[in-house]
Amino acid sequence: MKLNDEQIERYGRNIILKEVGGSGQERLLESKVLIIGAGGLGSPAALYLAAAGVGTIGIVDGDRVDLSNLQRQIIHFTGDVGERKTESAKEKIEFLNPDVRVKTYDEIATSNNILDIIHDYDFIVDGTDNFPAKFLINDACVMSGRPFSHAGILMFYGQTITVLPHESACFRCLFLGPPPPGSVPSCREAGILGGVAGLFGTIQAVEALKYILGTGGLLAGRLLTVDTLTMSFREIKVKKNPRCPVCGENPAITSLVDYEQEACNLKI
Amino acid sequence: MVHEVKPTPDRTLDLRTVLCPLNFVRAKLALEEMTSGQVLEVILDDGEPMRNVPRSIKSEGHMIIDVLKLADDSYRLLIRK
Repeated sequence: MKLNDEQIERYGRNIILKEVGGSGQERLLESKVLIIGAGGLGSPAALYLAAAGVGTIGIVDGDRVDLSNLQRQIIHFTGDVGERKTESAKEKIEFLNPDVRVKTYDEIATSNNILDIIHDYDFIVDGTDNFPAKFLINDACVMSGRPFSHAGILMFYGQTITVLPHESACFRCLFLGPPPPGSVPSCREAGILGGVAGLFGTIQAVEALKYILGTGGLLAGRLLTVDTLTMSFREIKVKKNPRCPVCGENPAITSLVDYEQEACNLKI
Repeated sequence: MVHEVKPTPDRTLDLRTVLCPLNFVRAKLALEEMTSGQVLEVILDDGEPMRNVPRSIKSEGHMIIDVLKLADDSYRLLIRK
């Protein structure tokens, strides 16, 4: 493909970067990124990926926009309350950048549909808000060799890591399985500062862009934790676990598991 | 006396009236499509473009081999990739 005049102007600030240039921009326009969850993390991720000119963005979400989402889910506006999140996100992305083709999946990711959905994408952003989904995404991505960015946020805190299946530590190398139901509060119970979601969703978008461009150092094998209350950033080096139940030498988990969602996380 | 022969450009870009940083973006894209050793001729307005574009081109590792002031106060640069 060749950039047209409008694209040269739109993506000029990208193209100026040595790590991008014209060829990198063309690569972005040909790339496909899937965002699972059009919420606090997925909103900024989707907007930055769209603005950067990622050619195909997939959005998975089975929810509708609620008034209480708007404090952090910046892709949805007041007039969208009651609309499907996938449609609301698609509309904003297309307003922002008509170069982007948006594919919507108006459903919750489960063991039945996730492999088919992620199959078409180069990189996956986990923007979900519950442990069952995070383990499902990890396992599906490892089993199908799809790189992804994990992030989890609560109150003023968050963590993020990028997983390159079979190359770097996966989420299960760090955490064997979901915590017991009720042991960890959800954002609904404990609260979340909107900007913290923005910070982490933006990190996820930048990881996706660097992966597509093949540049820089990914957060692979490094868990970044941030306490925004003191604005302390900490990096924990993590190795692949040879006994990991998904990506280890003798994996015990060879098919996808749908863990039960905690009652407070159930979608109504 | 030895006369250095100025090379004939392989490609020309008239970037007069094109504002910063789009002028550099266009020059960069043209250079990306050229092969190492080829010469790009660009015509730039005086002022901000002449202050910014040559520096950006050099920082990308290209060589400015000639600068010539033209009658309309613009400049013609020869850049070797």
